[in-house]
Amino acid sequence: MTLLFYDKTIEGFFTAVFEIFEYKYEDVKIVGADENQNALFSENVTSITNLEKSDRVLNRLEKQLGKEGVRQLLYAFLSETEDVENVLLRVIQYSIANPNQNVLKNFSNPDVLQVSKLVKSVGREKHRMEAFVRFELLKDGIYFAKIYPDFNVLTLILRHFKNRYQDQKWLIYDFKRGYGVFYDLEVTEIVTFDDEVQLQLKNNDSLLDEKEIVYQKLWAEYFDHTNIKERKNMKLHVQHVPKRYWKYLTEKKIF
Amino acid sequence: MLNYDRVKEKLEILADAAKYDVSCSSSGGNRKNTNKGLGDSSATGICHTYTEDGRCVSLLKILLTNFCIYDCAYCVTRKSNDIERAAFTVDEVVDLTMSFYRRNYIEGLFLSSGIFKNADYTMERLVRVAKKLRLEHNFNGYIHLKSIPDASDDLMREAGLYADRLSMNLEIPTESGLKLLAPDKSHQQMIKPMTFVKNEILNYKEEKKIIKSTPKFAPAGQSTQLIVGATQETDLQIIKVADHFYNNYNMKRVYYSGYVPVSNDLRLPPIGSQVPLVRENRLYQADWLMRFYGFKADEILANDNPFLDLEVDPKLGWALRNIDKFPVILQNAPLEMILRVPGIGMKSAYKIVQARRFQNLTLEHIKKMGVATNRAKFFIKVASENKSLQFLDAVNLKELIINETKSKFENPFSNQLSLLNDATFLR
Repeated sequence: MTLLFYDKTIEGFFTAVFEIFEYKYEDVKIVGADENQNALFSENVTSITNLEKSDRVLNRLEKQLGKEGVRQLLYAFLSETEDVENVLLRVIQYSIANPNQNVLKNFSNPDVLQVSKLVKSVGREKHRMEAFVRFELLKDGIYFAKIYPDFNVLTLILRHFKNRYQDQKWLIYDFKRGYGVFYDLEVTEIVTFDDEVQLQLKNNDSLLDEKEIVYQKLWAEYFDHTNIKERKNMKLHVQHVPKRYWKYLTEKKIF
Repeated sequence: MLNYDRVKEKLEILADAAKYDVSCSSSGGNRKNTNKGLGDSSATGICHTYTEDGRCVSLLKILLTNFCIYDCAYCVTRKSNDIERAAFTVDEVVDLTMSFYRRNYIEGLFLSSGIFKNADYTMERLVRVAKKLRLEHNFNGYIHLKSIPDASDDLMREAGLYADRLSMNLEIPTESGLKLLAPDKSHQQMIKPMTFVKNEILNYKEEKKIIKSTPKFAPAGQSTQLIVGATQETDLQIIKVADHFYNNYNMKRVYYSGYVPVSNDLRLPPIGSQVPLVRENRLYQADWLMRFYGFKADEILANDNPFLDLEVDPKLGWALRNIDKFPVILQNAPLEMILRVPGIGMKSAYKIVQARRFQNLTLEHIKKMGVATNRAKFFIKVASENKSLQFLDAVNLKELIINETKSKFENPFSNQLSLLNDATFLR
C-alpha cells in the first residue's frame, strides 16, 4: 500500500488526488502530514501542494458536479473527520468514472451518503455559529467573539459576518484551532495570536467597554421575560440549544 | 446612553406582554447591506437562541406600550386588567435594537403595541421607529411591524416601505367568537389594512418589472395568528380560515397559538388550565401539509369529523382513511404521491426521486436517507421484501403503527399524557 502524505489544506488534498490519477497509484491512502501511520509494509510518499494540479482537479469537478457539488466536497473536507480524505477520494473516482452523471445524487452509494451527512453536519455547525456567536464590545471599539466550533467553519461564516457588520470592527477567534478573522472596516484578514494574547482575550473582562455589561444584562432580562412559563419544555430547549453551546450565550451567563 | 434601571423595567413589562404573539420568523427578507450600514437580512432567517419553552428567538419582540383602549378578554393587555403599564420612547427602542443587533443577539425588531388614543396615532408611532432605524441608522436588519386594525392606507403604505413583514392577528378565528370575547372589534377592521397591504405588494411586483429601482414593499409579506382553544372553534373551521387567508390574502404564514389562560373571565378556560400544545402541534402539521405537501383543507378534515386526531399526525390520519391509494410503488410513483406517504418528508422524498434513477431502492436505503421507515414501511412497495405491507388492509393498522412508533414519539408534553384521552379538555 502507498501512503500519500499531504499538508491538510484543500489545495494539498486536490493535489494528492491529481497525483493518484497521474501516477496511477492503485492501493493508496491519503494521510495528513501530522498523522502517525505505522503500517509495516507501506511505501510512504509525500505530495507537495501544487496549485496548478489542484486547480485542474477543481475545474474538472466543477464541470461534472457543478459549483454546488464542489461546495459539498469542500464542506465534507472541513469536517476534519478521520479518513474523510479517502471517502472523498472514492467519490471523486466514482464521479470521474461516470462523467455524464451527477453521482452526488446517488444517495444509495455509501460514500456519497456519508459525504451528504458530513455536508449536513458542517452546514449545521456553520449555521449554529452564525446564530450563537455573541460579540462583546471591547474598550478599543472592536466587537469580539470567541468560538470553539466542532468543525473548521470559520472561513465559511466569514462572508456572512462581513456582509452584516460593515460599520463596526470585529474579531472572531477560533480558540480550538488558534486562528481568527479580523475586520477593520475595509477588509477581513486571517489573524493568529501568540499564547499570551490568546490568554488575555480568553479572559477579557478587563478589556470590556464600560457599557458592555449593561447591554448583556438587558439581553438576559429580555430572554427571561420572553419565555412563557406555562409552556416550559426543557427537552425541546436543549434539543435546539445543545449544552455545549451554552458557553457562547450571553443569555446563559450568570451575572 | 440609556438609563439601565428604567429601560430594564420597561423591557420586562413590554417583553412579557409581547410574548404571546408566537411569530418569530425572520425569513423572506432580502434587504442587502448597502453603503456600509449595519445588517442584512438572511433569506432563510436565523434563530439566535431558544426560550426554555423551546421557541425560537430571532427578533427583539416587544410592545411599544401596553396601554390599550380595547378590552379583549383573551388578551393580557386588555384595558380592564390590573397590570403594570409602561411605554418605550422611540429612541429607546432604536437603541436596544441597534445594540442587540451589533452583538449578534437578534435578526431585528418585532414591534407591536397596545392601542392608545386611536389606530392611526399608534400606527404612526410604530412607523416612526422603523423609519428612524432605516433612514437615520442605515439599519438593514429585519423589521416586523404590527398592522393596527383600522389604520389608514397612508400609514400602511409608509409601514410597508420600512418594514419587511407586516402582520395583523385575527386571534379569534370566527366572527361569532370575536363578538363574544372582543365586542369592540370586528374582522372587517382587520381585513381592511390586510387587503391594502396585499394589493400594494402585488402593485410593487408589477412596477418592479418595469422600474427596477422601485422601493421595496414589505418583502417578507404578511402573516397572521389564530388563538386555539379560547373559543369553541373546530379544527376544521380553523384550517379553513387559514386556507382562506393563504389563498385570498397571500399570507406567508398563519400562526397558531394555544391559548395560555390569562384571565378569570368565565367566557374563557380558567387560569391554570393546560395550554393545548398537542392540538396546536397537530394544527401546524396540517398547515405544513397544505403549504408544502399539496393537501387541500377538506382532505385533512371533513364535516363529520372536524377535529384532528391527537394520537396520530394528520398525514398518517389521511393515509389511514385512504388506504385504497396505497401501497405507493417507490420506484416509479410521482413525487406528489411519495410526499403523501407517512414518514417521508420533503427532503427524503426529493432524495428518493434522485436516487431511484441510479438503482432500485430498498427499505435499508431509504432509512439511511432519513425516512421514518417505522411508519413508511406499511405503505410502500420497494425492491426488497417488505413484510409490513401485509398489514395494509388490517383493521388494527392504526394500533400497529402507534405501537411501533411509541418509543420515538413518547409525548414531549408528558404532563399532558393523562389528558390525552380527554378530548373535550384539550379542545
